[in-house]
Amino acid sequence: MSKNVKFIQGNEVCVEAALYAGLDFFAGYPITPSTEIAEHMSLRLPQTGGKFLQMEDEIASICAIVGASLTGHKVMTATSGPGFSLMQEGLGYAIMTEIPCVIVNVQRGGPSTGLPTGPSQGDVYQARWGVHGDHAIIALTASNHQDIFSITVDAFNMAETYRTPVILLFDEVVGHMRERLVVPEPEEIPLVERLRTSVKAGVDYHPYLPREDGRLPMSDFGGVHRYNVTGLFHDMWGFPSNNSGVTHGLLRHLVDKIKNNVEVITRFKEYYLEDAECILISYGSSARSALHVMENRRSRGDRIGLLELQSLWPFPYELVRKKCANAKHIVVVEMNMGQVIRAVKRAVDHPDRVVLANRIDGFFINPTDIKNILRLIQGKGV
Amino acid sequence: MTQFNIPDTDYMYPGHVGCPGCGATIAMKFALKGLGDKTIMVIPACCWAIIAGPHPQTALKVPILHTAFETAGAASSGVRAALDMKNDTETTVVAWAGDGGTFDIGLQSLSGAAERNEDFIYVCYDNEAYMNTGVQRSSSTPYGARTTTTPGQDWKQTRKKNIVEALAAHRIPYAATASIAFPEDMIQKFQKAKEMKGGTRFIHVFATCPSGWRVSSEMSVKIARLAVQSNFFPLYEVEHGVKYSLNYKGDRPVEDYLKAQGRFRHLTDADIKEIQKMTDEDLGLLMRKAEI
Repeated sequence: MSKNVKFIQGNEVCVEAALYAGLDFFAGYPITPSTEIAEHMSLRLPQTGGKFLQMEDEIASICAIVGASLTGHKVMTATSGPGFSLMQEGLGYAIMTEIPCVIVNVQRGGPSTGLPTGPSQGDVYQARWGVHGDHAIIALTASNHQDIFSITVDAFNMAETYRTPVILLFDEVVGHMRERLVVPEPEEIPLVERLRTSVKAGVDYHPYLPREDGRLPMSDFGGVHRYNVTGLFHDMWGFPSNNSGVTHGLLRHLVDKIKNNVEVITRFKEYYLEDAECILISYGSSARSALHVMENRRSRGDRIGLLELQSLWPFPYELVRKKCANAKHIVVVEMNMGQVIRAVKRAVDHPDRVVLANRIDGFFINPTDIKNILRLIQGKGV
Repeated sequence: MTQFNIPDTDYMYPGHVGCPGCGATIAMKFALKGLGDKTIMVIPACCWAIIAGPHPQTALKVPILHTAFETAGAASSGVRAALDMKNDTETTVVAWAGDGGTFDIGLQSLSGAAERNEDFIYVCYDNEAYMNTGVQRSSSTPYGARTTTTPGQDWKQTRKKNIVEALAAHRIPYAATASIAFPEDMIQKFQKAKEMKGGTRFIHVFATCPSGWRVSSEMSVKIARLAVQSNFFPLYEVEHGVKYSLNYKGDRPVEDYLKAQGRFRHLTDADIKEIQKMTDEDLGLLMRKAEI
């Protein structure tokens, strides 16, 4: 059978992958550089029997998908910097109410209106801590179209597994770039479907009572069970509670369900780490330049390797520590003032060996930028 | 309509980064002729946030506060309050927003400001979609139009939000429509709004977008004229939410207006009849309010 090959934009790949994962509702609002996701959804969803809504702003978008997800559908919204800021209240609500959804942030330069058409990776910590209050979050990323496809499907699977919002942190470069995509065959990538309760109609259903494995079976809202959903701290029935035990228990549950599964959630790619004296750590479009530099230096005999992170939160501290145990130099390549590098320094045994190769001027980080840092490390001067 | 002399002074520089035939730039040129140089422009995300643009192509000779998308009404309120504290009653604060920043994301801050009856002029230059991000529908997009988020057979099936009526319902001192094809009327309205200090004044300006509406750039003003002549966009004023006056009554069918534009090309004769019916209904309602 011939393969289904497409030559499309990263944003369109994200749409196709979401549809593959079973998405049937999307609500969004135009914002560069993520607009093509909404545009492509408006075309594709009616074809697949789903529904597309263009909302009046970004907080409306996230609240619409939360409502649709609770009612039994796989959902997504997409935005960029300022829109992601507007979404934070809805994101916190989805975390608190444990409603599966996927939020795409195609990062552009910030803060504020920033650089609408320029790439950045400056929202890594906003993805982690943009929401007020203690919480946990899953944030994934990818550097090429094939990976955008699989990581987007992963995002939907994780959203269902852990009943949580999952953030896809892409950037302007991978979002707008066009390259080859081999569309996976149906069932080639396993899908996690909504875990629905086996509790029959008329029997007391506890929407917030986890099973032994920690998962919470859902009942389509407005269906056979009447229950309460609130952004307040709530008990196993979903009713508001300020009982200290309930509050303590819920917050621990919200954090632990993700924290205790770091190893399962972690996604990464590694190149030549076994004997590497110098390890590049990167993610998103920056990882493409890092890969190029790594291949180039390897061909000259340098013992250099690359660790490409595809899950940024929960941060894989243990993985990074183990992989970097024997490295003399660790270079974090990212398009910001140094965000992932903070987590890397916390993870490794020798934080003094970690340096940053970055770019913050709205231009794609290119191999020369990384090579210059490597030359400095080797004492060669730029 | 009375004839009068259009002020000679321009507060817009020649040469800017707007698209050829951009109605929004024509709107600004006329608006500033009416407002003069003691004006502060508060501009949220919209085409004009770009056109006001990078040095040396800065298009305006007045100060610009480029604010966040949803905040034109709020940011203008703050600027006005500070000017009042400094006893500066001369400077006119003008919020200058597109239809997305007015009808959709900015409606909350606009409504808040209008209810407080903030002393500024809010201008919506309306090109009937999110043009800056590449023609996505807004709640100002008219029934029947194709955009990149109402594509193919899924062209927009809901009516354009009537923003002037929404603002008039706030009982603000002045709400009016204006068109780039009727400069005397438009400049007079801006002068009138400027003189009516002490409350919120709202002017809804019809501004053709040749690239988004799929018309050639030299048709920009003609299309705007057809919108008024076909009563698709009637020119009228509302004082204190109750006193309506119709400034121009058109007599052409909407077909003339619709057929001139690519965004309506897919419409059948039945669709056009439906739009004519809606237009007649809206005009009838307006005329009853104006007691004509």
